Amino acid sequence: MKPQTRKTYVSETVAQLKPSGIRRFFDLASSLEGVISLGVGEPDFVTSWSIREASILALEQGYTSYTANAGLPELRQEIAAYLRRKFRVEYRPETEVLVTVGASQALDLALRAIVNPGDEVILIEPSFVAYEPLVVLAGGKPVAVRTSGADRFRLDLTQLEQAVTARTKAVIVCSPNNPTGTVLSRAELDGLARLAQAHDLLVIADEIYAELTYEGEYTSMAAVAGMRERTILVSGFSKGFAMTGWRLGFAAAPEELLQAMLKIHQYAMMCAPTMAQYGALEALRSGERDVAEMRNSYRRRRNYFVASLNEMGLPCHLPGGAFYAFPSIQPTGLTSEQFAERLLLEEKVAVVPGNVFGQSGEGYIRCSYASSLEQLQEALKRMKRFLARL
Amino acid sequence: MTLSDKELEIVKILEKDARTPMEVLAKMVELPVEETERLVKKLEEAKVIVQYTALVDWRKADGHEGVTAMIDVKVTPKRGVGFDEVAERIYRFPEVKSVYLMSGAYDLSVVIEGRSMAEVAHFVSEKLSTLDSVISTTTHFILKKYKHDGIVFEQGDQDRRIVVSP
Repeated sequence: MKPQTRKTYVSETVAQLKPSGIRRFFDLASSLEGVISLGVGEPDFVTSWSIREASILALEQGYTSYTANAGLPELRQEIAAYLRRKFRVEYRPETEVLVTVGASQALDLALRAIVNPGDEVILIEPSFVAYEPLVVLAGGKPVAVRTSGADRFRLDLTQLEQAVTARTKAVIVCSPNNPTGTVLSRAELDGLARLAQAHDLLVIADEIYAELTYEGEYTSMAAVAGMRERTILVSGFSKGFAMTGWRLGFAAAPEELLQAMLKIHQYAMMCAPTMAQYGALEALRSGERDVAEMRNSYRRRRNYFVASLNEMGLPCHLPGGAFYAFPSIQPTGLTSEQFAERLLLEEKVAVVPGNVFGQSGEGYIRCSYASSLEQLQEALKRMKRFLARL
Repeated sequence: MTLSDKELEIVKILEKDARTPMEVLAKMVELPVEETERLVKKLEEAKVIVQYTALVDWRKADGHEGVTAMIDVKVTPKRGVGFDEVAERIYRFPEVKSVYLMSGAYDLSVVIEGRSMAEVAHFVSEKLSTLDSVISTTTHFILKKYKHDGIVFEQGDQDRRIVVSP
């Protein structure tokens, strides 16, 4: 008997995942010429030469085999030393640090390591586009807690507490946040810590933008009293060290959690790319000066760009970190999608509509100011012309 | 003078690009335009900012390529004035672009720009070597400038990033 033909081989879970809202704008922007893109989620710097040179040397010397599953022991030691120096958190390099393929993989591992079918994971919106699908793929249920532009996208702890149920396993927080640039204050971190302890929750702290913080000293979630034991710290080299294409991140967590993540990693990934790990080693040993230089450069552009947006009538809070401005476009009466699409077609400036980062991003657009000053000036000129025509 | 944080920031920005418009500069340092103008003027008057110049790649200007030489000069320092007197005698010549007092095998490093090798050779043999305090000179002609004052002449760095990414 002939077997019945399947309608599709694709799993139901994957079939039901929403396509990324960014994809459509990428396709549209790619089809046009002369576009100035403020839609780029990565630094405009090329990786420092000393880092590239160290990786070239590793290749020349033939370091092309696998490393330990958890990553080069000396790199894990440097990561532990870096976390101690920078954020005053202690992790044992042998058992509590894992080198991953980008911070994205660290997030994926963290979720797969902790979620039982049906467990709830709270996300703070607007949020990075990957959190929700990663929770779903891990078999969990994403629960969105919204923050509001009127409140400068500050965390509303009362709302957060209301979202907690008996099934809640973890909260994902990203500070500085993509797309809003908001940095969690000490009070917010303390409140979050109290809540996590009261309800026995884990916090997955995405601190990939921690190096790009412009006011005051950065406090890591794991550095808050009592939180090290219930935090999975996720970070990497992409943003601060301008190493996006190297695909290198890391996770630090208490041994039990980290070893669970390592278990998945050793089957699914084996190890992160070896030559990239040698580059990262150099980044941690000598990169601090270059990072400071890049941070200063972003801060100046942030100040200029955000002041100019406000001046042209797109209200925007001064973001404390990352390299995104998240202005409101509500005065124009357009939706985020309409605004972004018309701006792209009429003036050839690409921005990302805020609603792709969740419902509470509606009425906003994400503009990256990681572009040359000339490009920013030209983009602002075009945006001003666009607004004048509306 | 001791620079304030804002003044230091202004100097750093202008050192990278002296043509940064005042309105952009003011926003970058989070000050009103008038206040920024006042600080720039103050820095100029105090000679912290000495001069605004353009970095020219003369190789691109046909017929004006010119030659640059770096000359190691050994001199006899004079009692009371040390190296300063002979250095001054040398740096007053307009063809001299820079003069540094060095540690090591020689005393002064002199950079000369001329229209031709003959012109530079003439300067070295007629003007420089004949100075009383000068003991010897070694002339090195620059064959190609790759990087000058932190700027790479042939910038190959284009933006290779994809247009929209999360």
